Amino acid sequence: MDSTFGIVFSALFVSNIVLSQFLGLCSFLGVSKNLGNALGMSAAVAFVMILASTISWFLYELFLLPYNLGYLKIIVFILAIAALVQLLEMFMKKEMPALHKAMGVFLPLITTNCAILGIALINVQKEYTLFNATVNAISTAAGYTLALVIFSCIRERLEEAELPACMENLPIALITASCMAISLMGLAGTH
Amino acid sequence: MFSEFQKGILKENPLFVQVLGVCPALATTTSLTNALGMGVAFSLVLIFSNLLISALKSFIPDQIRIPCYIVVIASLVTVTEMLMNALVPDIYAALGIFIPLIVVNCIILGRAEAFASKNGLWTSFQDAVGMGLGYTLALSFVGSVREILGAGTLLGFPVLSASYQPILLMLMPPGAFITMGFLFAGVNYLKQRKEVRHG
Repeated sequence: MDSTFGIVFSALFVSNIVLSQFLGLCSFLGVSKNLGNALGMSAAVAFVMILASTISWFLYELFLLPYNLGYLKIIVFILAIAALVQLLEMFMKKEMPALHKAMGVFLPLITTNCAILGIALINVQKEYTLFNATVNAISTAAGYTLALVIFSCIRERLEEAELPACMENLPIALITASCMAISLMGLAGTH
Repeated sequence: MFSEFQKGILKENPLFVQVLGVCPALATTTSLTNALGMGVAFSLVLIFSNLLISALKSFIPDQIRIPCYIVVIASLVTVTEMLMNALVPDIYAALGIFIPLIVVNCIILGRAEAFASKNGLWTSFQDAVGMGLGYTLALSFVGSVREILGAGTLLGFPVLSASYQPILLMLMPPGAFITMGFLFAGVNYLKQRKEVRHG
């Protein structure tokens, strides 16, 4: 399972970050009402996830592990992610105003997105090399985008559907997610 | 006197009314035991973070309060993680990454920002116990439904007749989504019925 292809395939489909590991659900349910927002959020998550997992890999291997401070990883990672998001926002506001306008609203939300911290911790837990950790982050971000884009398209159609009042919004969204999770389960065991 | 305590259990239940902390509610509710373990770990962190932040509120500069809260919460989570690893290794292994991820649980940061930073020690403590209990009860409810339907047991003891065929799917990710979907629909139904009644 630890071959590079295995990592990519499992992060994209079999253990999809949202639909099978339940990480990043808040943003998954929150911004999936239209495709535009879903794309903006996916881009922001992908960007931060790749940077954050690389930075936390270096922090862990260079500073925490040599001094036996592995137990401090939660504190160090969350601070690194919070600082990274802050810096990115300041940098993008000044240097890339167009991009900032497109994903700016989503950036502050990302600090508390459990997918980012989750991937940083999973990389360390599985003792991935830098290459595998980066591949894992990229393919997880792709898996997140895949799930979010499909989900937002379904939800745009659901807006038109006539539902019982109590099923509107969140309940039907969760049941839709359940159907998507079932379809991904069909791929389990293929790797 | 105990109104701050009571509100978290039903009226402002973090999971079913405020719809916060959904990720662990789906991931850690494969059985009632796991749900209880998660609820207790979460409540411990919440109670101590509310107490500490309420005690430190006059020392924390306003501009950097969020990073300060995060450091407090992350330290408490680290302690909880190590305690659980030592005392209840089975539950610790079952909950996996969701123990460290209590750090980014929006309920805890939300209570720190909305309540503990503005209120005294005693009311913050009541608030945390109420919210923690409310979340634990909500998780246990989801966990019970999934365990009964998916394995026919509760806390590991068989509760349904031997002829019951367990719906294994309920223990897997799709089962989590569908259970939460129908539970939220139920909550909405009750809310809407109440609104109609009160006109």
